[in-house]
Amino acid sequence: MENCIEKRIELKAPVTRVWSALADYREFGEWFRVELEGPFVVGQVVRGRVLHPGYEHIIWEALIEKMEQERLFSFTWAQVQYHDKERYSPDYSRAPRTLVEFRLEPTATGTLLTLIESGFENVPAAWRGDAQRGNDGGWTQQMNNIEKYVAEKS
Amino acid sequence: MSPRSRSRKRAHRPQPAILFAALGDATRLALVGKLSFGQPASIAQLTAGSRLTRQAISKHLRVLERAGLVRSVRAGRENRIALDPQPLQEIQEYLHRVSRQWDQALARLKSFVEE
Repeated sequence: MENCIEKRIELKAPVTRVWSALADYREFGEWFRVELEGPFVVGQVVRGRVLHPGYEHIIWEALIEKMEQERLFSFTWAQVQYHDKERYSPDYSRAPRTLVEFRLEPTATGTLLTLIESGFENVPAAWRGDAQRGNDGGWTQQMNNIEKYVAEKS
Repeated sequence: MSPRSRSRKRAHRPQPAILFAALGDATRLALVGKLSFGQPASIAQLTAGSRLTRQAISKHLRVLERAGLVRSVRAGRENRIALDPQPLQEIQEYLHRVSRQWDQALARLKSFVEE
């Protein structure tokens, strides 16, 4: 059984553009929806505030692993056990971590981006309960479903 | 099953590392596949059609049992092995949620760099 997640996506933008969307902390924050306190520096921890409505109390924390210009950007990040305000704790000292890697390859039309998240074997069952991870999973999914439904019906 | 043994069973949640390791083997994966039809099987049934000995199959079944994936059930005078799909389903649902969140984040990245 697979214990990692792998995604490949074709982006119609040059590698330079994609690299800056990943490596520049302000740009990263825009699409990832997190307000980061400072730039990404290899070997250093970076924190930020999650910008998803309803999850603004959650601190996003990552340790930057690798930054190979226009090729590879990777970090490990702390998993959040509880996302609701009552039970949430910003102490990540004992939180399990997974590794996130973005790999970039130039193509004829832009960039092939490969995302791999691994290390799920480190995440105990008690930490998997509400894997919102600062994301608005449910709603976006619902919106997509509605959009698809409407497109099919019309 | 008494209420006490039931609560004990629920409290026993194996570490995912043990679960992934247990499934990271072709023989054990095949055993899980055989048991996934729903019917508990005897060790003899599980050994039939395999090139492995009964002892080897038993050893693999013990690994799966430690990972909480199978358990031994009594059927008359015989022991049968049953699959417990719950730990597997839990992990799959979790990975599915994480996977869907990445789809959404990457879609936002796509519009961000392509606009």
